[in-house]
Order: sequence, then C-alpha cells, then structure tokens
Amino acid sequence: MSVANLEKPSLEQARATSFYEASARARIRLLLDPGSFVEFIGPERREVSPHLKLFDLPEQFDDGIIIGRGQFAGSPVFIAAQEGRFMGGAFGEVHGAKLTGLLRAAKELKSIPVVILFDTGGVRLQEANAGELAIAEIMRAVIEARTAGVKVIGLIGGRSGCYGGGGLIAGCCSALAVSEQGRIAVSGPEVIETNRGVEEFDSRDRALVWRTMGGKHRRLIGGAELFADDTVQAFREAALELLETTAGFGIDTLNAEQSRLEDRLQRFGTCRDAVEIWAAERVADAASVPALPADQFIELADKVRRIARDAR
Amino acid sequence: MTLDRILASMFPDGHDVKNDGGVLLGSGTLRSGDRALVIGVADRTALGVDEAIRLSGAVLGAIKRGSGPILVIVDSDSQRMSKRDELLGLNEFLAHLAKSLIHADIQGKPTIGLLYGHSAAGAFLATALATRVLVGLPSADPAVMDLPSMSKVTKLPIEVLEEKAKSTPVFAPGLQNLVQLGAVHVIWDDQVSLADQLEKLLRNMGDARDRRDALGKERGGRMKAADIAERVRELAMQTR
Repeated sequence: MSVANLEKPSLEQARATSFYEASARARIRLLLDPGSFVEFIGPERREVSPHLKLFDLPEQFDDGIIIGRGQFAGSPVFIAAQEGRFMGGAFGEVHGAKLTGLLRAAKELKSIPVVILFDTGGVRLQEANAGELAIAEIMRAVIEARTAGVKVIGLIGGRSGCYGGGGLIAGCCSALAVSEQGRIAVSGPEVIETNRGVEEFDSRDRALVWRTMGGKHRRLIGGAELFADDTVQAFREAALELLETTAGFGIDTLNAEQSRLEDRLQRFGTCRDAVEIWAAERVADAASVPALPADQFIELADKVRRIARDAR
Repeated sequence: MTLDRILASMFPDGHDVKNDGGVLLGSGTLRSGDRALVIGVADRTALGVDEAIRLSGAVLGAIKRGSGPILVIVDSDSQRMSKRDELLGLNEFLAHLAKSLIHADIQGKPTIGLLYGHSAAGAFLATALATRVLVGLPSADPAVMDLPSMSKVTKLPIEVLEEKAKSTPVFAPGLQNLVQLGAVHVIWDDQVSLADQLEKLLRNMGDARDRRDALGKERGGRMKAADIAERVRELAMQTR
C-alpha cells in the first residue's frame, strides 16, 4: 500500500472538522495542500505586542495572527489567519503590520493571490489608535494589491466573526465566503445595545444576531459571494471557486458596486427585519431560512440571488 | 474652527459646498484655478448607509469628470450604530466609500483629509483615514475609542487609563496622539490662510504611497509597525 493511500482518508477526515472550532493554525494546515505552509515571522521570533504589558495582559508569540505562504491545489498563495481566541482576534500594531507586509509583497509580485481567514472583533482597545491605523493601512494595501491584479479572498467562519474594522477590510476584498456562524458587521450586538438601548437591539437574542449579521443573511443580500458549510473542506472548495471566478478591480467595479448598493437601499431600505428582506427577495418560506441545513440553503440562495462577481 | 470659516479660508475664490443633514457635498476653487471636489461629514453626524452612498457617488462622479484633488472634511460621530444600518450591510457601504477614495488617489486625483472636529471608529476609517494625506486643525478631537468605553472593556478605572495615556500615544483619544502614530500627517495653523497651506500641501504631495507607518516610527509613536511590515514583505518576496 502506498503512503498516499494511507494518508488520503485521514486528510479527508481532518478536513471534515468544524472550521468554527478549529484553531487558526489548524485552519491553515488543513486548508492548504499538506505540508506546504511556510510561516513568516512565526512564534519562534516572539514578535509580541509591545503594548499589552502596560495593561498586565498576557502576550502571544504570534500576536494572534499567522501569516505565510503555501500551495492551494498546486498553486502558490499567501495566507493569513487570525486567532479569534486571543484577544478576540483584534487588530493591534504588530498583528496588523504582519498582514500589511504580506499584502504589499502580493502587490509587487502581482501573480500570487491572498487568502485571509478573518476571526476578529475589530480594533484591540488596549492599542486602539495603532489598531485603527493598522486597519486603515491594510485597507489601502488590499486596494493597491487588487489594482495590481491580485485576488484577495476572505473566509469568514470563526468564533469572533468579522466585526468593526474587520468588516471594512472584508468589504475591500475581491470576494468572500461565509458560514452561518461567520457574522459580518461593523457595530457588534453589544455595542448597538450599549449605545442605543435594548429596544434597538437585544444582544442576548441570538436568533436576532444570526439573522441580522450571520452568513445566511449576508449571502442573501449579496454581502458575501458564497455560503459555506462549517467544515474546513467546504471553505477550501469555496476558496478555490472564488480564486477561479473572481474578476479584476477598477473604476467599472466601483461603479457597479455603487449601483448594487443603491439598488439594495431602494429595495430593502424600509425593511425592519431580515425576514422581511428575504420575503421581498421572494424566498417562499422566509421564516424557515435560519433552520435550513447548509446544502438546502445553498440551493435556495442560488435560486434567489445570482451574485454579481464584478461589483465589489 | 467652524465649518463656514474653514471653507471661506480655504476657498477665497469661491465654493458651492452644501451641508445637507451633516453630509457635505460640493466643490471649491483652488489658488491654481482648478476645482477640487469637496465631500465630508459635519455637525458630528454619524456615518450610516444613507450618508455613505451619497459620498461615494460624488467621488465616483468626480473620477468620471477628470482630474483635480478631493478634499474630505470631517467632523463626524462614529458609524451609525443601528439595527437598520447593519441589516443593510453597513460594512460594504463604508468599505465602498474608502475604496472609491483610495482608487481616486491611485488614479491621479490626490486625496486630502481635513479633520476639524470629531471622528471615530468605522466613520474615521471610511473617510479621513482613507485619504493619502490627513491634515488636522487644532480644533480636531478624534477618538478611535472613548475612555469610558475602554474603561468598560478593560475593567480599568478612567483615572488609571488617563495615567497610562501619559506614557504612550497608542490608545488614548486626541489629535496629538494620532500625529505621533503617523495617522495625521500635519497640523495646520488656523490663524493664517488655509488656502495658502492647502496650495503648499498640493505642491508637495509626493507619490501615492502609504507612508504612515514610517511616519509613526520617525515620530516615536509606533516603533514596530514599519519594521514588521517590511520584514514580512521581504520574506514574502522570496516566494517563487
């Protein structure tokens, strides 16, 4: 029996694990072709945040983000994965600069796509100014890379979701794949409730959080190109599809996005709940959407909304 | 400094900037005779989907019409925190505005931010921080995150946070902290002509590159960002 035959079933099994439950390192290892990952400034370099000790907080040797290169179905990719279990995956000075550097290299090389595994609550408050600025620099670097012809794909399915400035970076990517758990928003549920009151948004109403910010709603309004089941394998397939189908970036893209968003405001601007929007999109039994299994939801979504691949 | 005084001092040869519910749209005549597009947020207005789509529309319209700089004048709240805005995909609207500004800058319409009041969080990212050069006026009062909110999350009393803020510009609100970090490039003098200062800035814009991390290092406010980004870039460039 060959080695390949021994390895194959175990890789399949491993890729069937939950993306949500996996660590950032496990996600990278399982997503890429086996053994192909090479990390840049890994934990052995101990490039920790210089600011957390001011708050007596523990540091992490990779500052909560893993970046490097690898192979994806035989082709080179750059990859970055945030660890949502360290400081909520939040952006700080070192964390953000690692991603900025990766995107700047991609811009110069032009031919190697970037895959970003978001898992973040947004800016790291203990270094809020540096984190905010890091996000601004990443947004600029994403657009410069895309202008040079680089595809930048975002995968969203982690426990911290993709909030705050993370949501803005995601909106700058060429295309996104999201699972049901992968919430995308700017203001988190608690932030809205704290600022506007529980009548505006009850952060403890989990069903409300999922249907307002979760992956199914984002897919149905066109905020994400693909919906993925919560397995590493599903995200791998989604990323491969997005890398093949994603268009370039230029003034036509931006004009198309302006029309796409104006159209959304016009059609759904007065809806008070996601279920109303889905019904307006002619989803037959809109109230049943949250309970649909992934395969049935994907079938439904493909029927309801053809996603524009040239308007982000 | 009030918005009217700013616009009068910046465009002595005239402008048609209108403030419609906190959304600034219009243009102004530069010393050179060229027209600059002016967009922005006034009166500490929150930036939501309805405001953002108008601003991005104006930027894209200006790109279509041709050259000339874009000024982004800001006294905003944070992003609008509401169920409706999030339901409609606020992250896409804010990203779209930032993308339009960055694209304009790369394509030869230099972007300049002018922060004269407040700004925070997602609104700051989509407007002032999406420009090539960000100018602060002495009246500016940015706060990525306010200390009461930080106090809640970090579980540290505000007095303790204020004490810590004395030793580092990295987290506390204020214009000077953002200058030290490299986010704000320059502070203008509000006692002399803003038109003169704008003209000087437009003559020295340099190339459309993001130098904020290098500035932060020069000014001692962000000692690691530029070096880390450069080390990663070099390692990644060795990929074949």
